[in-house]
Amino acid sequence: MMPRHKRMALVGGIVLGVGVAAWLGALAFQANVNLFFQPTDISAGKANDGAVVRLGGMVQKGSIQRTAGSLDVKFLVTDFKHTVPVTYSGVLPDLFRDGQGVVARGRMQNGVFVADEILAKHDEKYMPPQVAESLKNNPPPPDPPPAGT
Amino acid sequence: MIPELGHFALVLALLLAAAQAVFGLVGAHSGDPRWMAAVRPAVAGQFVLVSAAVGVLIHAFVSFDFSVLYVASNSNSALPTFYRVAAMWGAHEGSLLLWAWILVLWTLAVAAFSRSLPASFSSRVMGVLGILSFGFLLFTLATSNPFERLPLEQIPADGRDLNPVLQDPALAIHPPILYMGYVGFAVAFSFACAAMLEGKLDQTWARWTRPWTTLAWCFLSVGIALGSWWAYYELGWGGYWFWDPVENASFMPWLVGTALIHSLAVTEKRGLFKSWTLLLAILAFSLSLLGTFLVRSGVLVSVHSFAADPERGMFILAFLVIAIGGALTLYGWRAPLLRSAAGFQASAREAFLLYNNILLVIAALVVFIGTMAPLVNDALDMPAISVGPGWFTWSFPFLTLGLAVLVSIGIHAAWKRGQLGQQRRRLAIGAGIALAIGLVVVLVIYGVGDWRSIIGIVLGCWIIVSSLFDPIDRLRRKLSLPRAIIGMTIAHMGLGVCVIAVSTVEAYTIERDVALGPGETVAFGRHAYRFDKLEPVEGPNYDGVRAQITVLRDGLPVAVLHPEKRHYWVQRSTMTEAGIATRWNMDLFVALGEDLGAGRWSIRAQLRPLIDYIWLAAGLMALGGGLAASDRRYRARRDVTHVGDTATVPASAAEAT
Repeated sequence: MMPRHKRMALVGGIVLGVGVAAWLGALAFQANVNLFFQPTDISAGKANDGAVVRLGGMVQKGSIQRTAGSLDVKFLVTDFKHTVPVTYSGVLPDLFRDGQGVVARGRMQNGVFVADEILAKHDEKYMPPQVAESLKNNPPPPDPPPAGT
Repeated sequence: MIPELGHFALVLALLLAAAQAVFGLVGAHSGDPRWMAAVRPAVAGQFVLVSAAVGVLIHAFVSFDFSVLYVASNSNSALPTFYRVAAMWGAHEGSLLLWAWILVLWTLAVAAFSRSLPASFSSRVMGVLGILSFGFLLFTLATSNPFERLPLEQIPADGRDLNPVLQDPALAIHPPILYMGYVGFAVAFSFACAAMLEGKLDQTWARWTRPWTTLAWCFLSVGIALGSWWAYYELGWGGYWFWDPVENASFMPWLVGTALIHSLAVTEKRGLFKSWTLLLAILAFSLSLLGTFLVRSGVLVSVHSFAADPERGMFILAFLVIAIGGALTLYGWRAPLLRSAAGFQASAREAFLLYNNILLVIAALVVFIGTMAPLVNDALDMPAISVGPGWFTWSFPFLTLGLAVLVSIGIHAAWKRGQLGQQRRRLAIGAGIALAIGLVVVLVIYGVGDWRSIIGIVLGCWIIVSSLFDPIDRLRRKLSLPRAIIGMTIAHMGLGVCVIAVSTVEAYTIERDVALGPGETVAFGRHAYRFDKLEPVEGPNYDGVRAQITVLRDGLPVAVLHPEKRHYWVQRSTMTEAGIATRWNMDLFVALGEDLGAGRWSIRAQLRPLIDYIWLAAGLMALGGGLAASDRRYRARRDVTHVGDTATVPASAAEAT
């Protein structure tokens, strides 16, 4: 058996250690949480502080432009109410396509969303849930995605 | 007609599952041997019926029966036979059937190998498994019937094809093995529930439970590693882990399962940590169920996301609440009865295992928070968020550091009274060797590289060296070397290899996205990738292009890679087949992006040192687990003839190792 004060010191040390670890953890967590925005939110200036955020929406038809022979690509992401211009440099995922759902991570710079990561999903019926939600209230005019099974 | 037989077999299996649960639980409660005797036939019958259903579904795939909705949605006349068989579990309905079948398979194994256990106990175990089986079969039948037929006028001439991502040989093994792991924790869960129902948990119980749990853990380890490897070469992302929610969903039960097999060791050897072990057994399976919920309900955004179906999500959620809630209620009621009497010192092996358990559970919690926070936020109508990989890559180095140090030191500690002072020499030698190897390797190969990689490599070496002391010592003193010790050593070496490999990959990977045209070269230090040419390819159900890329080292060709870009006709989707050359110390990786115009293609080129050792490490862990689970003392109990209902193994056998 340990003497009482020694045990108290141990317990105190553990509590302190756990507290510090939890505090550091909370800081790290905050630093790595990205808010998810739609083009409407971006247009409202919610991401103008330059923080890293995720932008979800549909790639506007016919908006993909690239400089021939270069990795730089520009396109518009839309939620059928507002659009946001996006730039990216790198290999795009296989399912990145006109009129499909896309999630980009990056930040706003001078009115352009500079993406450092582009995600598109392997299920072609897939749409970011938030986009699906807003489409329910505001259905898009041209060809809707095929009905799910 | 045949698909209806499969459907009918599933309905009968559902009834037998109910019978299995009732006979098992009520029979054990009332102590009626006739009721308990009916449990094993119910299990066997259920196995035959669910197997028949699986067979019928495979038959429907092989014989192009597009009148079955599931086949029409996931197969095609151009799909090779191999994939038509594996397509059975290629989407939601079939993978649920696979889950149900594997659960019955595990139950059958329990029925076959539990004859030496007290009848009331084994009946309760199978009774609980019966409840789980009932829930899953009901779920399959009620929301996801794989045998659903299309109305005559809607039967298509050809199917919509299997998702091209899944058209890979790994589809044949990754899901079944992963499910063997997931579902295998149901056995540990049922053993825990049975022990709580009996109100009795002793060291014998732990010895019964251990091999089952370890085996499930082995399958899960291999299943996760296969998934990681598949994503590496098939998705064209070129990494081994992406903290994707579905990967996390399989990683959480693995972490808790790892804690469980170590906690079970203490319960078996020393009769301690009883309620903690029970809680871990409940948690491990609960997290497996949670994983199923996350994948199947479509609430998560992930590469595994299927189109969402809220009805299915609600059903699994209800099942989750009943199963976990029931088990935890039972735990709250019965666990206080199961007290551990013995004590131990803060430097005994028990203590180290407790510390490692705590770290593993914290690790699972870290993954849980990162995976669930977006969902919780969403449910509470707070702003939508996502948790970046940074959260995990920030936390895991610390957790791994703690774990590695605890393993390396704790492995030398004795049970009950660990006098680490006596082990000072071993500790110093082990740490010295690890430090020397780690520093020399890093400095010679990579120069003054990344300090974090030096820590990682030294720690990995330390784990390996530390785990070798005991077996070498036993060999020198000509003592017996039971499989449990060999297995433990190999599994811990696997952990060491994993730490070394991950540290190296994270620190010394070179990756770049580049635009290259034929004849152009991109340099990576001593290596260079040269784009030679592009040619068309055609497969059974796709066409595409194949590039030839030569890798040069110091100007001399060392490998020729053939990455492909495929267009699958039926689903009109594009797939990347990465070109990978594996060397003993690194992978040369190339994935084709897209045609950029002006004759150039976007290309993802990578050089990843030691990446294959990550998967090798998982194999080592599983091999070690398999050896430990086949240790003689678990088999020996079957030599003990039935002594009434309490077949207890003599204490001396338990203490032998």
